[in-house]
Amino acid sequence: MPLHSNHLLGLDGMPKDDIQLILDTAVSFREVLERPIKKVPPLQGKTIANMFFENSTRTRFSFELAERRLSADVLGFQASGSSLAKGETLKDTARNIEAMKVDMVVMRHSAAGAPHYVSQVIEANVINAGDGGHEHPTQALLDIYTIREKFGRLHDLHICLVGDISNSRVARSNIFGLKTMGVKVSVCGPATMIPRELDKLGVDVYHHLDEVLPTVDVLNVLRIQLERGAGRLFPSIREYHNYYGITKQRLEKTGRAITVMHPGPINRDVEISADVADGEHSLILQQVLNGVAVRMAVLYLLATRN
Amino acid sequence: MRELKATIIDEGGFGRTITRLAHEIVEKNKGPESLAIVGIKTRGEFLAKRIAKKIEEVEDIMLPIGSLDITLYRDDLIGKLDQPEFKGTDILFDITDKNVILIDDVLFTGRTIRAALDELIELGRPETIQLAVLVDRGHRQLPIKADYVGKNVPTSPGESIRVHMKEVDGEDAVLLMYPEKPEEAR
Amino acid sequence: MEILLKGGRLVDPVSGRDETTDIHIIGGKIEKISTRISVPSSSQVVDLKGKVVAPGFIDMHVHLREPGFEYKETILTGCTAAASGGFTAVCCMPNTNPAIDDESVIKFIQHRARVALGGLVDVYPIGAVTAGRKGEHLAPMAELADAGAVAFTDDGDPVHDTEIMRRAFEYASMYDKPIIQHAQDKQMTKGGVMNEGLTATELGLPGMPAIAEDVVVARDISLVEFTKGQYHVAHMSTAGSTELVRQAKMKGLRVTSEATPHHFTLTDDAVRRFDTNTKMNPPLRTKDDVEALRQGLKDGTIDVIATDHAPHSFDEKQVEYQVAPFGIVGLETAIGLSVTQLVQKRLLSLYQLVEKFAVNPRRILHLPQVRIAEGETANLTIFDPVAEWSVSPQKFMSKSKNSPFDGYRLIGRPFGVMNNSQVFWFAL
Repeated sequence: MPLHSNHLLGLDGMPKDDIQLILDTAVSFREVLERPIKKVPPLQGKTIANMFFENSTRTRFSFELAERRLSADVLGFQASGSSLAKGETLKDTARNIEAMKVDMVVMRHSAAGAPHYVSQVIEANVINAGDGGHEHPTQALLDIYTIREKFGRLHDLHICLVGDISNSRVARSNIFGLKTMGVKVSVCGPATMIPRELDKLGVDVYHHLDEVLPTVDVLNVLRIQLERGAGRLFPSIREYHNYYGITKQRLEKTGRAITVMHPGPINRDVEISADVADGEHSLILQQVLNGVAVRMAVLYLLATRN
Repeated sequence: MRELKATIIDEGGFGRTITRLAHEIVEKNKGPESLAIVGIKTRGEFLAKRIAKKIEEVEDIMLPIGSLDITLYRDDLIGKLDQPEFKGTDILFDITDKNVILIDDVLFTGRTIRAALDELIELGRPETIQLAVLVDRGHRQLPIKADYVGKNVPTSPGESIRVHMKEVDGEDAVLLMYPEKPEEAR
Repeated sequence: MEILLKGGRLVDPVSGRDETTDIHIIGGKIEKISTRISVPSSSQVVDLKGKVVAPGFIDMHVHLREPGFEYKETILTGCTAAASGGFTAVCCMPNTNPAIDDESVIKFIQHRARVALGGLVDVYPIGAVTAGRKGEHLAPMAELADAGAVAFTDDGDPVHDTEIMRRAFEYASMYDKPIIQHAQDKQMTKGGVMNEGLTATELGLPGMPAIAEDVVVARDISLVEFTKGQYHVAHMSTAGSTELVRQAKMKGLRVTSEATPHHFTLTDDAVRRFDTNTKMNPPLRTKDDVEALRQGLKDGTIDVIATDHAPHSFDEKQVEYQVAPFGIVGLETAIGLSVTQLVQKRLLSLYQLVEKFAVNPRRILHLPQVRIAEGETANLTIFDPVAEWSVSPQKFMSKSKNSPFDGYRLIGRPFGVMNNSQVFWFAL
């Protein structure tokens, strides 16, 4: 069964079969990454534009690596900062790039829904590489892949997202994807960073880490946007770290081996302490490696959807 | 629906063919020591396991066995196929300096073998790559020839060869099917 | 000009009439109302069987965009859209460039309106509360009132400063003019582009909470009680402020409100496809809010249906949701949406609908009521309350087509308007 859509815009509403297919195909691509020559030819002749309207190093590198490993021709740009309401409209940019016969567009944008809009005005496949506070589907897929790889299953696991849920596209995509896969999902953070009515998405809401840690298998720790919240959404970095920072001491108190993930980039000793990030239960670097395989799977499945 | 034209190899013949292929491979390579067996997914993988097992029984040796998923190397990947499933290549040993026996069920146009050769060469530098197939039905579109052939079967282009194997089909047999009938008026 | 309107249903709350009759109009004046009128064969006879003849409708919340934003709309195109939507009068909002904070702008608008359609659509300017709508200093409200401003508002923005709002109430009271408030706490809605709630959470779009409207309405009502001013809540969108207005009315305060067709028709669920034509301020709210507005319209808490007609050019809306400007056009779908959502669902009678469109706005703005009576000027809105049609923004007379209702099947459509000896028959 092929994917249900020509685009990967988000995990909200994506059928379980599609997520399963991407995860399974990613397993096959993981092997390619272990080869002496880590390059395979399926996307030969395909041109992919990486349109990054917002700064990102790791996501862009990960996509670019995945594209090159599939033998696609790659071009791209990265706008410095936000290009909202500046000069050329998004529609014009997208259509210009398409006029150059681009087959796929990978897009990062600071406005929610921007890739959805572009997918409506151009023919190319569109992959959302993060849109504002909305979704970051490939990040969630690689998170889910990494969890499945570690535990060999997804059922009967309890995953908790920690941090600024309100502004996190990673959190949203994880919630949508994990719920579709039947995983128990909780969130934990200050009340000011958790949207009202979030429980209606089938998520348990906690405000105190020590209440959720005893039952949790995986903590997915979100990056705190230092430039954003302090002073308005929480009083100070120090207080945030003291109450929501994931530290070795806090984890050891539970007497359980809790797996720790983080989408990066990490603020060491803010949302996660260095000894946890580098510790034996951390999957952070595994996530990075798996990200390439998952993105290869997504690119491959969209390109061969024909 | 295709209808059966003839049974090319029956259950008994199937076993004998595998035994013969195993012997030929060992003989031509002057022993099994340098061999590595690689089957092309899906049925080539099962054939590879059977042939390897036969060699191992006779020679009392453990052979490196792997499977190749040539999907990514197909020349009709974009445009023609509807979402080909990529199940992954599974070769957990270094093929460099090995005599690699590449195994598939049916040799037809040669395009699958071309893809397999391309992929194998990117995995390492084998001493030789030799091709073993259960059936060669002719109609090559590329300059490719098998080193070991279970049975040569002259066919017309529209006919098809069906290989059944116990592992997936519940029986061992090679069947020749008539060309597909045009839709009959009902 | 001599016209016989034959067999229409005359609905005029002002003279208390609701009957099927003929109306004979000569030279723009109502000559005779009777079931038996014989006219010379030379006069035009229009068969209005099944149609409603009402006092001319007035939309008290329209952005005509001129001066300053003529690429979105002009006084001429806006008036044409109004006529096409069944209105014989509009009030135009002061967020023009320059803003309506000076009598010269009022004179300019009045002049343009007079020449626009020969007076078919009356244009009543609404002045700014503060100079440049900046919220800092009071605009010259006395001069504006003398020049013809019928009310004051900083619409587009709230009057945020409580001290300024108090003084505005006090000052406007001297001229018996209402302050119309775009009720919204700016700090709470900073960066927001849609209703805060589950849908915004799922879409990851910054939210504007309903409470940001409610707190301002609550504050303003307290000021009304204190200043004895007159207060009108523009485009009320929440269940909370509807209840606040209901209570204020029970206390006998001079508080009124309006709702737009889009707020009593759509919920924030419409945003899901990131269609920028679902982006307006205040934003589309929840099912509960829509239900509260409908009840408010039914029980009289909400006095007026106004459109907040806010034209934007095609390109301006062809952008990211977060970047797109707020607002949709509304003049040409107002009657259809109102009949479909309110009359068809038996929340309002046709008689009450006419009150919300013609009578109550004039009462709030202290404008002379339009009566359908012998000897009066023929200022009429004629509409078909059962005709079904489908919305096609490309056919709008408005310069802009930014409507979320493309393809909607509606019941009830304008048939014609008449005012100041001008007649406009709906063509389609």
